[in-house]
Amino acid sequence: MIWDWSFTLEILPVLAQAAVVSVEATLISFVLAATLGLVLAVVRIAVPRTGWTISVLVELIRSTPLLIQIFFIYFVFPKFGLVLDAFTAGVLAIGIHYAAYCSEVYRAGFDNIHRGQWEASIALNLSAWTTFRDIIIPQAIPPIVPALGNYLVALFKETPLLSAIAVMELMQTAKIIGSDTFRYTEPITLVGLFFLAMSLVSAALIRALERLLNRRTVR
Amino acid sequence: MTEQPMVRFENVSKRYGTLTVLDELNLEIARGEKVSVIGPSGSGKTTVLRMLMTLETINDGVIWVEGEPLTHMKKNGKLVPADLAHIRRIRAKIGMVFQSFNLFPHMTAMANCIEAPMTVLGMKRAEAEARAAELLDLVGLSQKKDHYPSQLSGGQQQRVAIARALAMRPKIMLFDEVTSALDPELVGEVLQVIRQIGREHDLTMLMVTHQMGFAKEFSDRVCFFYQGKICEQGPPGELFGAPKNERTRQFLHAVLEAG
Repeated sequence: MIWDWSFTLEILPVLAQAAVVSVEATLISFVLAATLGLVLAVVRIAVPRTGWTISVLVELIRSTPLLIQIFFIYFVFPKFGLVLDAFTAGVLAIGIHYAAYCSEVYRAGFDNIHRGQWEASIALNLSAWTTFRDIIIPQAIPPIVPALGNYLVALFKETPLLSAIAVMELMQTAKIIGSDTFRYTEPITLVGLFFLAMSLVSAALIRALERLLNRRTVR
Repeated sequence: MTEQPMVRFENVSKRYGTLTVLDELNLEIARGEKVSVIGPSGSGKTTVLRMLMTLETINDGVIWVEGEPLTHMKKNGKLVPADLAHIRRIRAKIGMVFQSFNLFPHMTAMANCIEAPMTVLGMKRAEAEARAAELLDLVGLSQKKDHYPSQLSGGQQQRVAIARALAMRPKIMLFDEVTSALDPELVGEVLQVIRQIGREHDLTMLMVTHQMGFAKEFSDRVCFFYQGKICEQGPPGELFGAPKNERTRQFLHAVLEAG
């Protein structure tokens, strides 16, 4: 028999627990990516002399594989005295990796703000901080929500990389079930289905958020 | 001793690469004076306003506001380029209205008018709203205070922009071609508001305009700019009635022809 339903039911609770870890890793690293990305984009504009450094950093992160960055933080950082558990190291690596992408998205959002908005802020004597917080960011974010949402889904689909440093997320759990029982069909298929379902749900949520923001932002 | 001029440009030059936009400009504006700046496009007239609002840096010279340097500050008896804190302190005396309104599109008319008073002047919301309500009333838009800019006509948006600038209680108001982006039938309502502010407030006003009729009727002095220099200036009656300079005559002739 190719598909064993009783085996499926047996492993489902174990996989469900692992799914929680996957979702946690996704959410924490995305919050990190979205926040750090915004900080990078704002600093780049607010402190022009950091521009070159930030460009190089972003390019470095985007041009090397995420798996290498995960390994680097988990296996190389301890050599410099920074020992992190697998989950923290993995989430940090994914968060930083996607922060590089997110910062470019924010940058595009800022570039789209009309120059007159900056000039009106200067004429009203707003501080740089107030200008970003009240004028620029509220206008820049709604149009880039779809792009950020795409990165959320992409990031989620990369969490199986964490299995490489033995974080007990979905992929790692499925692999262990497979090697214990010599049955890979059910666990791997279930993991695939789970990712499919979650990606579809996230995409729908992002579309809903987009509609909400469009309604609230009268232009 | 005579009173300090409100604004003084002292040998101010502005260059973009090899292109000289303003060439050693010297201009004094007295307290409460209404000065109109006219001239062909590219003559540097808008640059004068933008430099005073610190939207453009200057290459040479000093701009003074009420006897204090705006672009520079005194350090050990010498003038050095001003830091941001100094610029913000002096800049607080100046307000500006733009050709393209530049209202904040995600904020209502009221929110546009209270943003800077609350965040910069530290006013309480109630106080800022009361003041903004008065100003929106002054520009005839108290009914529209909860409207977003996209729900307002160009003339109404520009009037909100005027109220927003006034909310910061500037001593100097700069108007940069504020009616140029408006449909002809909306120009009157904006000029009417400016006229009224000029009458009721002791504001120093500097405006770049293409409305020769308005410049003639409203200003105390008109400056004609040509190729980065003040080519001719004087009371509107003289400058429009009997221009001395050939360039001025040509320009006025061309403008009146088109009008």
